[in-house]
Amino acid sequence: MLPNKTSVINTRKDMFPDKKSTSKQMKTSTLTNAAGLNSLITFTVLLLAWISGFASRLFAVIRFESIIHEFDPWFNYRATAYMVQHGFYNFLNWFDERAWYPLGRIVGGTVYPGLMITSGSIHYILHSLNIPVHIRDICVFLAPIFSGLTAISTYLLTKEIWSAGAGLFAACFIAIVPGYISRSVAGSYDNEGIAIFALQITYYLWVKSVKTGSIFWASMTALSYFYMVSAWGGYVFIINLIPLHVFALLIMNRFSNRLFTSYTTFYILGLLLSMQIPFVGFQPIRTSEHMAAGGVFGLLIFVATLRHLRTVLTKSEMKYFGGVVAVIAAILLLILICLTYAGIVAPWSGRFYSLWDTGYAKIHIPIIASVSEHQPTTWFSFFFDLHILVTTFPVGLWYCIKRINDERVFVILYAISAVYFAGVMVRLMLTLTPVVCMLAGIAFSDLLELFFKEEDSERDRSNNGSEEESEEERERSPGRALYDKAGKLRRMRHERPRGNGDGLGVNLRNGVVIGAFVLMMMFTLHCTWITSNAYSSPSIVLASYSNDGGRAILDDFREAYYWLAQNTPIDARIMSWWDYGYQIAGMANRTTLVDNNTWNNSHIALVGKAMSSNESAAYEIMTSLDVDYVLVIFGGMIGYSGDDVNKFLWMVRIAEGEHPQDIRESDYFTERGEFRVDSEGSPTLLNSLMYKLSYYRFGEVKIDYRSPSGYDRTRNAEIGNKNFQLTYLEEAYTTEHWLVRIYRVKKPNEFNRPSIPISKRIVARNANSYVSKKTPRRKKGYIKGRPTIIKGQKPQRKPT
Amino acid sequence: MTALTIVAKFWQEYTKNTPKKLKIIDAYLLYVFLTGVIEFVYCCLVGTFPFNSFLSGFISSVSCFVLGVCLRLQVNPQNKNQFHGISPERGFADFIFAHIILHIVVMNFIG
Repeated sequence: MLPNKTSVINTRKDMFPDKKSTSKQMKTSTLTNAAGLNSLITFTVLLLAWISGFASRLFAVIRFESIIHEFDPWFNYRATAYMVQHGFYNFLNWFDERAWYPLGRIVGGTVYPGLMITSGSIHYILHSLNIPVHIRDICVFLAPIFSGLTAISTYLLTKEIWSAGAGLFAACFIAIVPGYISRSVAGSYDNEGIAIFALQITYYLWVKSVKTGSIFWASMTALSYFYMVSAWGGYVFIINLIPLHVFALLIMNRFSNRLFTSYTTFYILGLLLSMQIPFVGFQPIRTSEHMAAGGVFGLLIFVATLRHLRTVLTKSEMKYFGGVVAVIAAILLLILICLTYAGIVAPWSGRFYSLWDTGYAKIHIPIIASVSEHQPTTWFSFFFDLHILVTTFPVGLWYCIKRINDERVFVILYAISAVYFAGVMVRLMLTLTPVVCMLAGIAFSDLLELFFKEEDSERDRSNNGSEEESEEERERSPGRALYDKAGKLRRMRHERPRGNGDGLGVNLRNGVVIGAFVLMMMFTLHCTWITSNAYSSPSIVLASYSNDGGRAILDDFREAYYWLAQNTPIDARIMSWWDYGYQIAGMANRTTLVDNNTWNNSHIALVGKAMSSNESAAYEIMTSLDVDYVLVIFGGMIGYSGDDVNKFLWMVRIAEGEHPQDIRESDYFTERGEFRVDSEGSPTLLNSLMYKLSYYRFGEVKIDYRSPSGYDRTRNAEIGNKNFQLTYLEEAYTTEHWLVRIYRVKKPNEFNRPSIPISKRIVARNANSYVSKKTPRRKKGYIKGRPTIIKGQKPQRKPT
Repeated sequence: MTALTIVAKFWQEYTKNTPKKLKIIDAYLLYVFLTGVIEFVYCCLVGTFPFNSFLSGFISSVSCFVLGVCLRLQVNPQNKNQFHGISPERGFADFIFAHIILHIVVMNFIG
């Protein structure tokens, strides 16, 4: 599979020169059917983009196996499997009592069902065609398949905005760009995988409907917007960007009846459709995020009415009416503001505040700030995810600004807002990627068009003038020389000196073209490298490479979850930090206290408090929550940095937010303000439950000869609290590389019994009774086949 | 000049210059508009208890109105140059299409 993939990418890259030269031939010759060739090229390029995009997302499946990755996908997979098994209506009414014990979770009402419905319907169709595919395989391969659809919709959108050539470039870019691959590798079964397709197709249909002004396209936009709403919370981006576009067009005095038709139809249908998703509910008319769209809707109707009146009334009459209307508009605005203050229209939610004020989340909502993908983006990750596109897309943006029209206003706004949001949150890099691909496609296509087109006219002049150049040309496009007849040659020869004097030299042109191709080649290499190295790890199966290149698979997570599934009662309640909630529910099928759907902050804070307080205080919390097992992730043995001790400060912070009198973050630092686990660490840290569970019996372990025993390889420190005993918990299971450690919470009758010195531990028994050491039974004086019989009673086995 | 004279003049010009097709659409628009107003007044008086029913009723009348306006814009011969390739028949077909979507959703939402 692997060599096949690289060859696909190579052919795709080689195809660009072919494509260009054939299109040149097409222009010069009247023999070929131009339209047919055009569509053939388009079809081939898109197909190859799809195949190469699909293939380069398969690294994870080839290296590991066909499994679901990471955290959220496990929930999506579990929900999908539930839906396939129990049917759609039961899924919508699903109350999951295995999550958020003891609260439970109404899954049907708190989930974007688009992803599950998509894969469920694919499963249904395949099964009705008698193709028995397991639902897991559909889930694993859904995102790579949709990446191809994304490429096609990007092509369509770019074609509407610029040209077909730019569209092909954009499709090829988006098929392999790492910023998008990061969320859509095989096995990464998450909302974003299908949402980017929905986003692009919605924008395409929107641009199409603005261009034509047809109700049909606007209704289609509303439908695909509905799909987007059902798939991802990022639909808010659409419902704010499209009104922004309309608003910008109004300000630029570009109002047209087409705009009115498309926006009003889209808005009113989209509003109604978006309220059909249970999770969204009445939000579209209640929250401020959606208010902009409604406001623009009103404004557009207002403007249209004014323009209509202007056609039928005279100027002085207009003034009269204009005053009345302005007063009404002002009153409406006042009412809206009053409603917001009165609390009927909900203010913006926390995640959106953190979009405007990047420091907001850090101060107010630690649970949002604790997620690494909500951190601000670094320059490094811009380059990492987009490579040369990040430098070429301003060029495309400039072209769009230079030759502006209605739909280019849209792409400009799209680019600017996406750049801003991508700068705020790493996660929103995903919305930036498509527009960067489109604009870079425009830039490249324009560049190559310029340098190939001039070549035609210029080449006529300088052709055959110097042997080297014509040879070079012939090499690059052998077919073209056939069309240059000798008749032109006579005329050109005496013009040659002038041709060399002005305009671009052939060498320069070739240099630029070759340079562009080298850039794209490097981009391809970069993409493949990033995909294979950074984004293809399932993160539930780890791989480590030894010095000789051998590969070891660390399968500790699944080992631990499988242990849980096999060795604990079916209703056992597992406490872990929320990161692992979905995985425990998905793989071990056990009840969890908190999971990645972080809807209840105080519950998470309670778990965080249990983890960060000492053992006896934690025991109280754990008994109040009916915890049976505690699961911690410990990376100190193998040097895995994403473990619970490294996340510990976030637990403390979240717990402090809810219980400021019990937990204080400063207690966990040393006097010099350091977080350290060795003997200089703060005593509160060294006695916290998380510390004890992570390092229980770790002091006895000597990893290699140079380091002392109990040496933590993740934090490069010798642990400070060795040789302690656990009172309230006992170790139940530790995986092969100590990555996952499971502890059982003791029942109240299992600890704190009155301790008796060993010398006094004598069991009182009759002196004359003989206990056989040979029989395994704990019975005294038992002789086989001779039960003691008491008169008047049935023979009876006496315990002890 | 008073509002009355303006309205009277407007009405005169309207009856004189508007094609019959557009008049039918305008009558429909007026009817839908009044329905929406009645619905709104009713909800102000009685309350919005089954909120989804109220919303679906009100939004459906708003969207009927909006779609009607769109159809009127497309059918209006004065706007012919703005809508390339959309004949009145095509406009009407689109209108029907949007209405099918609308009413399926409204049926679902009205509960």
